[in-house]
Amino acid sequence: MKYEIIVVGGGHAGCEAALASARLNHQTLLITGNIKNIADMPCNPSIGGPAKGIVVREIDALGGEMGRNADKGALQVKMLNTKKGPAVQALRAQEDKIIYPQEMLKTLNNQSNLEIKESLVEDLIVEKNKIKGIILEDGTKISSKCVILTTGTYLKSNILIGDKKKLEGPHGEKSSKFLSNKLKDLGFKILRLKTGTPPRIVKDSIDFTKTSLETGDEKIHTFSFDHIAYYQPEEQEPCHLIYTNDKTHQIIKENLDKSSMYGGYVEGIGPRYCPSIEDKVVRFSSKERHQLFLEPESRYYDDIYIQGFSSSMPEDVQEQMVHSLSGLEHAIIKKYAYAIEYDAIDSRQLKQSLETKIVENLFTAGQINGTSGYEEAAGQGLIAGINASLKLEGKSPLILKRNESYIGVLIDDLVTKGVKDPYRLLTSRAEYRLLLRHDNADLRLRKYGYQVGLIDEKKYEQLKQKEKEMKELFQLLKENKITPTKQTNEYLKSKNSAELKDGIRLYDLLKRPEITMEDIQHFISVPYSEEVCYQVEINIRYEGYIKKAMKEAEKMLSLENKKIPEDIDYETIPNLASEARQKLIEIHPTSLGQASRISGVNPADISILMVYLRKREYNE
Amino acid sequence: MKETIAAISTALGTGAISIVRLSGKEAIAIANQIFHGCDLTKVDSHTIHYGYIKEKEEIIDEVLVSVMKSPKTFTTEDVVEINCHGGIMSTNKVLEVLLNHGARLAEAGEFTKRAFLNGRIDLTQAEAVMDLIESKSDIARKQALGQLTGKISNSIHEFREKIKDLLASIEVNIDYPEYYDIEIMTLEKIKKSTEELEEELEILLQNAKNGEIVKEGIKTIIIGRPNVGKSSILNHLLGKEKAIVTDIEGTTRDIVEGSLQFEGIHLNMIDTAGIRETEDTIEKIGVEKSLSLIEEANLILLVLNSGENMTKEDQKLLEKVNPKKTIIILNKNDLDQKIKKEDFKNYNVVSTNTKDMTGTDELKDKIKELFQLEKIENNDATYLSNARQISLINQAKKALQSVLKGIEEELPMDFLAIDLKQALDLLGEVIGEEYSDEILDHLFSNFCVGK
Repeated sequence: MKYEIIVVGGGHAGCEAALASARLNHQTLLITGNIKNIADMPCNPSIGGPAKGIVVREIDALGGEMGRNADKGALQVKMLNTKKGPAVQALRAQEDKIIYPQEMLKTLNNQSNLEIKESLVEDLIVEKNKIKGIILEDGTKISSKCVILTTGTYLKSNILIGDKKKLEGPHGEKSSKFLSNKLKDLGFKILRLKTGTPPRIVKDSIDFTKTSLETGDEKIHTFSFDHIAYYQPEEQEPCHLIYTNDKTHQIIKENLDKSSMYGGYVEGIGPRYCPSIEDKVVRFSSKERHQLFLEPESRYYDDIYIQGFSSSMPEDVQEQMVHSLSGLEHAIIKKYAYAIEYDAIDSRQLKQSLETKIVENLFTAGQINGTSGYEEAAGQGLIAGINASLKLEGKSPLILKRNESYIGVLIDDLVTKGVKDPYRLLTSRAEYRLLLRHDNADLRLRKYGYQVGLIDEKKYEQLKQKEKEMKELFQLLKENKITPTKQTNEYLKSKNSAELKDGIRLYDLLKRPEITMEDIQHFISVPYSEEVCYQVEINIRYEGYIKKAMKEAEKMLSLENKKIPEDIDYETIPNLASEARQKLIEIHPTSLGQASRISGVNPADISILMVYLRKREYNE
Repeated sequence: MKETIAAISTALGTGAISIVRLSGKEAIAIANQIFHGCDLTKVDSHTIHYGYIKEKEEIIDEVLVSVMKSPKTFTTEDVVEINCHGGIMSTNKVLEVLLNHGARLAEAGEFTKRAFLNGRIDLTQAEAVMDLIESKSDIARKQALGQLTGKISNSIHEFREKIKDLLASIEVNIDYPEYYDIEIMTLEKIKKSTEELEEELEILLQNAKNGEIVKEGIKTIIIGRPNVGKSSILNHLLGKEKAIVTDIEGTTRDIVEGSLQFEGIHLNMIDTAGIRETEDTIEKIGVEKSLSLIEEANLILLVLNSGENMTKEDQKLLEKVNPKKTIIILNKNDLDQKIKKEDFKNYNVVSTNTKDMTGTDELKDKIKELFQLEKIENNDATYLSNARQISLINQAKKALQSVLKGIEEELPMDFLAIDLKQALDLLGEVIGEEYSDEILDHLFSNFCVGK
């Protein structure tokens, strides 16, 4: 057998999965419908944002590629939510849609143990509930030990514009007609989901004088902890802000029944967090205007993406809608907006490792699992790649917990709760988000990247050094006091900080909201990097809240550590409430912690399970 | 890390003694914080101690406390059992105080579950333990439902909706940072709503207290030097000759009790023997008893003879009473006034004359005012009655206070959201509502965001 792992699909999930498995020394084959579309960004031209930006850093911390690659393709970079708290800050970069895929393809091509093949997969080889390989559209069989499906929106995809429906994927690519039937035959529940994308406009046809300018940060940021920036702050591409108006809304209302959505041509369920402009106008009819961003797609072609304007109206109506916008009166539409529907599987049929419960050694990641977003896909792809590799090595899977990563939150939500509409990560989905900051992703996760073998010795040593320096700085601030001298008090006064009466530890001084590490440096030399200082500052300043979150997390972990054996038979536990029993049978949680998060499973059921498990242990 | 759990472990009936049981690592430390008698952290295992349960100087009950250290206990953890004597209300109150000091209310059958998991119960008994958990949780559910009136759970629903609105507008600002049209969530708005919510929770708690009053009545004690007119006032209020009224000092030796319906509330009157230095043994016992009653009472009527100067004894009594719970009655206002209303700044004062009973209406009004009786809706059980609910509401109130403190300290929005979410969860626990994706649902239905 030539290949150990086959990855089906070359999107963001597929790239991470293939790279992870090849880097972990498994012969890997990546099959994609079209090499030109590898790591393609068919929707918005940006990566990151709240929660998502943190996922990108987590991917980097674990040894994935998205962070580094996004740094290479950045057109404009911004740190969002800087005033709303350290945990919710997130990096977002406008990306060059030419550079990003090009750089990713380069990385894939340079990767040893990895081959890329252009073809469509239409069938799976499964023997005794175990995957043995795949069958291409021309009937060629390729065998492997593991298969990772990262098919994105390509399962039975339909592109919808008005009443027109075409059986194809984004960019007019062929979609897979039979794979989802095969999955259904194997016992997977299939969902029909929908998403959409806005029109693209020729840049020169826009009158930018009627728009307002949105620029990037002056300070340089990178996703990757390698901290290599590929852009100059002053050379960032701008975005522009415009608004819809009465006329736009009028056109939409008049033509509503012509849209695929409202005309009843769509079966799939669309994402709540990402409504089309039609939806916005209908559901929020009292709003006078909706905000739209004009975003550049690349430096190498001049398409402008209208963020906030996704639609499934027919072409002629789209023309009217676009021309009603201020600055876009004479705009030329390069590519019309469309809706796309596709098949996905019920993610509750997955284990925490992203291996399917039905077919051994078959993994799935990305939109096929009901998520949406490049970052969500990449995060899952990385985990699927790692866990397929660990499985081949006979090791236990890498399962990230809810209190240590957004990726863990994402996967746990998928396998425990399932999805109804395409799932997007939001900061509010993480109950311990104060612990899941973008700034500490390396401190949270690098150790796992190192353990599985994606992070090398050198990078791991850097992390150790950072941890050591943080400890030293804590010590320094705890051990050093300042006394209420005239000079000290004058300085504090200049910072609007209360004067001292007694000596105070620098550690306690830093707890004052108006005092920063910079002020501390006024009193003592702090010979540490900005990164180390920032970590220490956050941990001291918000100590109370952080400790509380950690305590909550510990409570959760105590249940998380109680594993439920795979062969448990819920039918034989008479005291469980019937709803709980049914849900437990359906989802088959791996720990009491996961069981407790299933809706319909009450604390009493958890207690009963606990007693049952103890008895079982005793009998064994 | 196992939390310390607490529950009333005897049937909540009319039994004379009920037991509040604590189990877990912190059991002894938590009990010790509220027990006044001896240092429980220093006593031997399996010993019983006499003392009081106090919260903020208020005596809640006179108790016997058994301390049993791990491992020879029912759960094999440290166990403390508090034997309460004061009836349902004070037992509930003891539990409430324990919950406020860090214990968690035990789940149904949790003591037994712990005993089992810790190997204290024969492992072959697993089925019995599971049966017990099942049946107990059933009972608990029914009880919890029964104890909340529709009105209370409706208002808690309402509070939660308000908090969800606040949270949704914070979250939308965080998850969709560049939607400029969304009303920027100003701190003032959070502050205003949080203050309102906190106030409403306070009213709920106040009503809980009133609920106790409705059930148990107001424990009222009349004190004062002998022969200042206590018994006359009492008799007048009660409308019958219950106490012996004479002009001879020290005639009231027994503590006389009577109960009157007052604005729909029972006013449980206790007359005391006067408090004075005495050699008479019987009277001496009476005096001591009076002093201990002062501590327990909800309402103290301190009677002074305004025709005479304050004596040392009067002064002593004045020091013994809590101004918040006290009404000073300046009796005998027909005589030359030696003591005036203005002499008592932080007290409620009324002036009466027991001969022609002037001023008693003013006294009644004062009582009404003090207990906000007009706010108590008669016979309508719109109050929280169990310790668990009161403790949860209390914690929710604290979380809201923390939000306000955060605003004052100019903490970023995210931290305010943490405390708000905690308040939401705690209120959800009161009415048994689970957190799901409520906030997200709110967010997407209230705000128009997306690509």
